[in-house]
Amino acid sequence: MQETVPTTQAPPAEPSARRSLRWTTLAMWAGLLALLALTGWGLLRTTAERPAAGQPAPTFEMQFYDGYGWEGRPLADLADMHGQIVVLNFWASWCVECRLEADMLENSWRKYRDQGVVFLGIAHVDTEPKSLAYLSEFNITYPNAPDLGTAVSRKYEITGVPETFIIDRTGTIAHVQIGPISERALHGIIDGLLGQGG
Amino acid sequence: MIADFGYTALLFAFAVAIYAVGAAWYGRRQNKPAWVESARNATILTFPLLALASGALVYLLVTGDFSINYVWQVSSRGMPTYLKVTSLWGGQAGSLLFWNLLLAAFTATAMARKWQEDKPLMPYAIIVASFTQIFFLGISAFVENPFARLPFTPPDGNGLNPLLRHPGMIIHPPMLYLGFVGFTIPYAFAMAALMANRLDDRWIQTTRRWTLVAWLFLSLGLILGGRWAYDVLGWGGYWAWDPVENASLMPWLAGTAFLHSVMIQEKRNIFKRWNVFLVVLTYSLVILGTFIVRSGVISSVHSFAQSAIGPLFFGFIVIMFIFSAYWMTVRREALVSENHLDSFLSREAAFLYNNFLFLAILAIVFLFTYYPIFSELFTGEKGFVGPPVYERALAPLFAVLLVLMGVAPLTMWYRTTLKRLELAARWPALAALLVIVALFALGMRSWGALLGFWIVAFSTILTLIEFWKGTRARMRKGEAPWTAYANLMARNRRRYGGYWIHLGVLVMAFGIIGTEIFQQETQIRLQTGERVALGYYEAEFKGVSRFPGPDDLLITEAQVDVYQNGRFVTTLTPRTELYTRTGQPMTIPSARSTVAEDFYILLINWEPTTANAATLRLYLNPLINWVWAGGFVFVLGTLIAAWPDPRDEKVRVARQERLVVSAAD
Amino acid sequence: MKTYRLRFVIVAILGLALGLTAVPALAQDGVVSDDAVNAVAKDIYCPVCENTPLDVCPTQACADWRDLIRTQLSEGKSPQEVREYFAQIYGDGVLANPPRRGLSLIVLWILPVVLLLVGVLLFSRYLSDLRAQTASAPRAVTVMTASAPTAVAKSDPAARDDYVARVEQELQKG
Repeated sequence: MQETVPTTQAPPAEPSARRSLRWTTLAMWAGLLALLALTGWGLLRTTAERPAAGQPAPTFEMQFYDGYGWEGRPLADLADMHGQIVVLNFWASWCVECRLEADMLENSWRKYRDQGVVFLGIAHVDTEPKSLAYLSEFNITYPNAPDLGTAVSRKYEITGVPETFIIDRTGTIAHVQIGPISERALHGIIDGLLGQGG
Repeated sequence: MIADFGYTALLFAFAVAIYAVGAAWYGRRQNKPAWVESARNATILTFPLLALASGALVYLLVTGDFSINYVWQVSSRGMPTYLKVTSLWGGQAGSLLFWNLLLAAFTATAMARKWQEDKPLMPYAIIVASFTQIFFLGISAFVENPFARLPFTPPDGNGLNPLLRHPGMIIHPPMLYLGFVGFTIPYAFAMAALMANRLDDRWIQTTRRWTLVAWLFLSLGLILGGRWAYDVLGWGGYWAWDPVENASLMPWLAGTAFLHSVMIQEKRNIFKRWNVFLVVLTYSLVILGTFIVRSGVISSVHSFAQSAIGPLFFGFIVIMFIFSAYWMTVRREALVSENHLDSFLSREAAFLYNNFLFLAILAIVFLFTYYPIFSELFTGEKGFVGPPVYERALAPLFAVLLVLMGVAPLTMWYRTTLKRLELAARWPALAALLVIVALFALGMRSWGALLGFWIVAFSTILTLIEFWKGTRARMRKGEAPWTAYANLMARNRRRYGGYWIHLGVLVMAFGIIGTEIFQQETQIRLQTGERVALGYYEAEFKGVSRFPGPDDLLITEAQVDVYQNGRFVTTLTPRTELYTRTGQPMTIPSARSTVAEDFYILLINWEPTTANAATLRLYLNPLINWVWAGGFVFVLGTLIAAWPDPRDEKVRVARQERLVVSAAD
Repeated sequence: MKTYRLRFVIVAILGLALGLTAVPALAQDGVVSDDAVNAVAKDIYCPVCENTPLDVCPTQACADWRDLIRTQLSEGKSPQEVREYFAQIYGDGVLANPPRRGLSLIVLWILPVVLLLVGVLLFSRYLSDLRAQTASAPRAVTVMTASAPTAVAKSDPAARDDYVARVEQELQKG
């Protein structure tokens, strides 16, 4: 058997209840859209491509290792080198393939330094003692800086080392090399860039 | 040929799912039940089709047809057969096919049931479930095709990632997938209820067992994952608050809140809107979590390699989230129920506190998991959040939750007096205090541990009292103690199964407090014959042996004699395994497990292991085995709670009749 | 009881904070033990691997970083100084326990506390409103006396307790 006390039907949602209903619905939508936007942005970041030839080279700040400064300066931006050809090389002391091109890079630097070409080395996720040991092992004299906060590596979206970006006088990337670069390719590109624009 | 066969089955399933959505839609619009029936049959059909496709892939894996890209990626000649089978879920494409198989199985089972009074929900449930299938089948068929071929046939495959060759790893993904996919059904029914505008709690009742089973598998997956990490991964722990781990924890948290809050709706018929929201939230977290794992948005050790499915998955998420939010908004007025709360000390209130705490924990885990994205967005740096941050923020919340767990059964529906609560809690609180005093007298000085143990003791006593009260009441009617207990469990599976689950949690908490607060570790390089002490253990390094293992394995094993309080107890053999083909190393610990603790040793490669010297890392993990024991109790409790009870049916039918009668008034 | 809960939370937080203070001692004899290195390495994440702390990371780069930690410790730097050095070179992002500055201060410290407080406030206001609303509105009380449920209720002592108590409440209300 059933017993139900006669009910008083509850009145339809009162104004205050209506208002809170609207607020919670609004909050839910706002939160949802914010989450989707954030996730979408995160997704975009993972598919970001490294800068390609023809695109402007992202500028960045360098705090050079002691003794490895540029024109005597301990600090410089990539933008400061506008007007020169820049060979930007990412390396690390723990990188085996980097060693294969280290001598070649230093020799090329010595060959081209008076022709308005700058060689820059960026130590990717390395430790200072090991980096300095590597540099002295190969008698490297061109400017080198650690990649503080992995900022530069992320700007250039590098996926490993070595990677080399050759940048022309106007600050546009002329060539992207993933992996070691051969002397022939490097000199060929530099000569080509030197040929244009004198 | 087999591959073509498998792919055809897959494509066919995709087409069938599209048909199901179309037919259900058309049948509903035009009010032609025959079309809806046809749609239902179509969804059931996806299961045998997926079974065929999966069977084909397993066949290819076992026979080693390396012309198929996926087979080449995860299988190899030397692998034992059982691993070849489990490599079905060893890589992205295969695991997606496996996901589809489970989804089809669950959907078919849900659709094949007798619908009876739920018939109005059917077309909508079909549409939601089949649309999900369309997405996942589409990904499998067109983006991550497990049957894709290579232009040539390599002589051998890469073999399964070494980390995945352990028994724990074999069972952990299927458990998790069962949990994830399982929540699709309650979600589909909830959305169907919204779309059909049938907002009584039929959908909850229908899917209650589904929810419990899905939640059980999710819990199992989490526990097994922790156990596997501890046994195999070699970092001495079982939970790292890694984004992928969190991705499976978050739906679990929402699901647990949901499991509790539906009890209020069933008893008092209130908080309907909230329950719909919770089930949608749980499922959304499942989808979001899967997306995080497979898209690389948040990096983790577990992430699959990035692929094209990221953007597609994101599209699915957008559609699904907006779809759910839309229907919740459209039906919001109808969902408003006469929520009642008589007292802050009532059982309804206790469940609400439970929900609040679980969602607070969820919010914090979510915030910290997403932190890397925030930091990259606003500072350009990829920030990171490690275990200390999580533990610091969550420990107080979990502590309060554990207290609530013990106290809540003391509350009554509608209201409880403070006096009654105090009375019931007084002597358990004191008894727990005695335990703490004893621990203090024995030398324990960590306030965190003392407080934690007090909470565990307090809530355990209260929970045991519930069993005692129930058994004693039955005994008063003349039943013998054990009969009384057995009948108590049999007649109230949900309640007492739930209390067993709570006990399981308390036992796990006991173990977690012990191991987190009192863990000791040390690392040292030893020459042969040298000893190191940790706690009341001593370990003596005896030597190293090197030998090949199955497949392409090279094993380096150290022998370590273990002494406890000066007495020899066992020889442990931590080792490193090197898969020579891929060069991938594994560090396998060796441990001596007792009730009190684990003495756990790892062979470390900071300096190379030679015949006479090795670097060992030793851990003393107090009470760790209580964590696994508690997990076992937890699972047992869930099985009890989920076991079908013929009496439940009678109650359900009677209640249904009552609702029908009062609606007719 | 709200004050009970608040007190509890405070005590819980204090208790756990005090309980988790295990600071390993450094060898002062110039030789840095593996344990000392581990204590620092545990809190620093490998800048290139995915979410692996330095004490378990197997790569060569990580080995180099552990050596760096060891060198710095042997030079007399404190664990905190070593961590800060790593944060400076590789960004705050490598620390498991990000320092309290900048974005991490907001998102990891302020935001959770704010969210929690706001949550507690909104929640308790919701509960109070609900209780006030319930007290003022007469509502349906369906006493479950249909036969099947009664049979169950009578044989289930806990539910029976509930049931009896509820009947008593209703009777008291008159």
